Amino acid sequence: MTITKGDPAHPPSPVARAATERATPPPTRRSHVPNEGSAEAAAVERARKGMLHEGRELKRTRIGADVLCEALLRQGVEVIFSYPGGVILPLYDVLGDYPELRHVLVRHEQGGAHAADGYARVTGRVGVCMGTSGPGATNLVTGIGTALLDSVPMVAITGNVPSALIGKDAFQEIDINGITLPMTKHNYLVRDADDLPRVVAEAFHIARTGRPGPVHIDITKDALQQETRAEHPTDAEIVAGLPGFRPNLDGHGRQLKLAAAEIAAARRPVILAGHGVLHAEAWDDLRAFAEKTQIPVAWTLLGIGVIDETHPLAYGYMGMHGWKHVNRAIQSADLLIAIGMRFDDRVTGNVRTYAPYARIVHVDIDPAEIGKNVAVEVPIVGDAGRVLRALTPLVDPVDPATRADYFAQLTEWKADSVASSWHGSGAWRDGLLSADYVIERIGELTEHEATYVADVGQNQMWLARYAGFRHPNTHVSSGGLGTMGFSVPAAMGAALGRPDRETWAITGDGGFQMTFQELMTLVADHIPVKIALLDNKKLGMIRQWQEIIYAGNYHSANLPGPDFAKLADAFGIPAFRARTPGEVDDAIRAAQAVDGPALIWFEIAEEQNVFPMMPAGKGLSDLIEKWGGAEE
Amino acid sequence: MPAHSAPPPRALPGGGETRRHVLVAVVLNKPGVLNRVASLMRARNFNIDSLAVSHTDSDDVSRMTITLHGDDVAVEQAAKQLYRLIDVLKVQDVTSEPTIQQELALVKIRATDSNRSEVLKLVELSRGRVVDLADGSVIVEVTGTESEIDAFVALVRTYGIKELVRTGAVVMARGSGSIEEAIKR
Repeated sequence: MTITKGDPAHPPSPVARAATERATPPPTRRSHVPNEGSAEAAAVERARKGMLHEGRELKRTRIGADVLCEALLRQGVEVIFSYPGGVILPLYDVLGDYPELRHVLVRHEQGGAHAADGYARVTGRVGVCMGTSGPGATNLVTGIGTALLDSVPMVAITGNVPSALIGKDAFQEIDINGITLPMTKHNYLVRDADDLPRVVAEAFHIARTGRPGPVHIDITKDALQQETRAEHPTDAEIVAGLPGFRPNLDGHGRQLKLAAAEIAAARRPVILAGHGVLHAEAWDDLRAFAEKTQIPVAWTLLGIGVIDETHPLAYGYMGMHGWKHVNRAIQSADLLIAIGMRFDDRVTGNVRTYAPYARIVHVDIDPAEIGKNVAVEVPIVGDAGRVLRALTPLVDPVDPATRADYFAQLTEWKADSVASSWHGSGAWRDGLLSADYVIERIGELTEHEATYVADVGQNQMWLARYAGFRHPNTHVSSGGLGTMGFSVPAAMGAALGRPDRETWAITGDGGFQMTFQELMTLVADHIPVKIALLDNKKLGMIRQWQEIIYAGNYHSANLPGPDFAKLADAFGIPAFRARTPGEVDDAIRAAQAVDGPALIWFEIAEEQNVFPMMPAGKGLSDLIEKWGGAEE
Repeated sequence: MPAHSAPPPRALPGGGETRRHVLVAVVLNKPGVLNRVASLMRARNFNIDSLAVSHTDSDDVSRMTITLHGDDVAVEQAAKQLYRLIDVLKVQDVTSEPTIQQELALVKIRATDSNRSEVLKLVELSRGRVVDLADGSVIVEVTGTESEIDAFVALVRTYGIKELVRTGAVVMARGSGSIEEAIKR
């Protein structure tokens, strides 16, 4: 047997490929590959082309693991986030034969799943993560759940024990198929290598079609090892093989007319734009629709980026920690046009008092979302982009002068709300560093052109409110599942997906301490993530709830952390520190100047809260804006 | 802000009157599909009253009859959630349609020498069928709607029921229309 193995220590990357194809790469492009432009990188490129266009000759038999790699390449996969283990070793035995598949060795499978998630969110493509059976698989579960709740296209692959051992409680055997069943869009158990081409193709099709979501493929070890001649299916064969999966993409004509009539009659309409607009890549359609109808746009947490925040019709971020002016507009609206969002409880608060004067037009690609949380007047099932493109010609252009009173009130509310919740000086009480200021400076100094990846809690809300988003898919946040520890690993994937942009992980000290093992992956794979660690030495959102809702009964809210500068240093990551407003800009610039990952340790005020805040169970009109007599 | 006083509270989906619903689901006959349906109903907080499954005239397609209690909106939501399953081809709420509903029950009734003839007479009047006679008991097979079987069971309870098994309702819409021919394409 003569097999030339690729060198997995020097994998090719999308950057290397793009760099060889473009004569003059833009100055902001960064490489994750130390040997970009080398003869080796060129050889890899030739190999890739040979693989994709001329087929390839294996000088050994073709086994299930080969089929899996072929199928991934056919789906355009360029990077997989994975961790080896006993039963998935047959795959690792052949991975070296597929140097076009960049393998990122994560330090924990959860990090791999979040990285695949972050990659998917910034590229709109399917992210891929892998792990072995048993604990490898269960470690992926949090990341799969995160992707499900946020409708992120992902394919998670796990090895399983040989089929003859399934059900025998073999070493590292767990019923992962049973575990992922309720938290995936679909899942598979493959026991026969002949099924692999079809299953992988179906999994990608399902993950990215209609409402996106994660699909899990569990493959037994013997299926990975089995010889096979199975051929890959065509796109038509894949669709024909899934008679139960025919998402409805076009809105019903009659419903579109009803929606147009509602819009024509409305005097105080508001658009509520969500993640579905980003999935449909319909930001231009949304803007055209909003401009023609002169309707202000509010967005959900995952809808951030649907419209440039400096656009005159961009009104703001809604919900529990959203802007007061946005929630006021919703509460006084006579029509809500909800597009690709699902009226989550963090958006509506108490449904009984939600938008009491408003009729609702609800556009969503998933019929099950319509009427689930709120009753609506005009349901439209369809892809956000297709519906907007069909609806816009049906509505009459609106002269902004006819909305003068409405706009004047909106402007007044906005000025009032922004003035009351902003620490432009950088200092909170006693001159302590204010988190909103830090976020605002990161947004400014990156010229709002970076990818910003939130963790969960106060840091997530500060980022959503103060960074200032200009572009779609530049904001990544675990909205539905609210997964702490998401930021650093998801930023890792986001940086690989969009190497042309700076990538910032915004995290608190709590979430950071959950997954910081991935710092080593950042170093080993030269992934230039900038980490903004907002350290208040607390579980800030827990502390905030305990202060306001649990009468100051602080339990487990204090969170001692390590010396984060020494920690970063131990990984070989340059660390910078800022404790006062005056140190913020220098620290950000210093981190930007590092060629590779860097960490900034912002020691922020320990007791700053995120305001306004809608207490759970209350309505959007019951916002708390200050506490303890002090303006926050 | 509109000048008039506070509007009435917004209606919540699923707050209506509860009644018995019958869903028919046509699904691909694949391993685990029953588990997917059952898991979904559990996860979405729907309580299944009965569930009957078998394959149809086509071996690769199965048919489920699911009965559950809930208000119309909640059951519609259950049907939409079922529709999200990749292996589900068609879901129909046939509650308000003219249908044939049949359920089969086997009832093992205590029957002594002194009352056996009385039991058998009752079974005959109820259009039940004796399928096993033993010392001290009879097994009776009855078919009918859920309420007909409820009535029979209530009737023979006085003699003592040693065992009871019911299949759950199977349902078919009257007329020439066919849910299986209408599966989503």
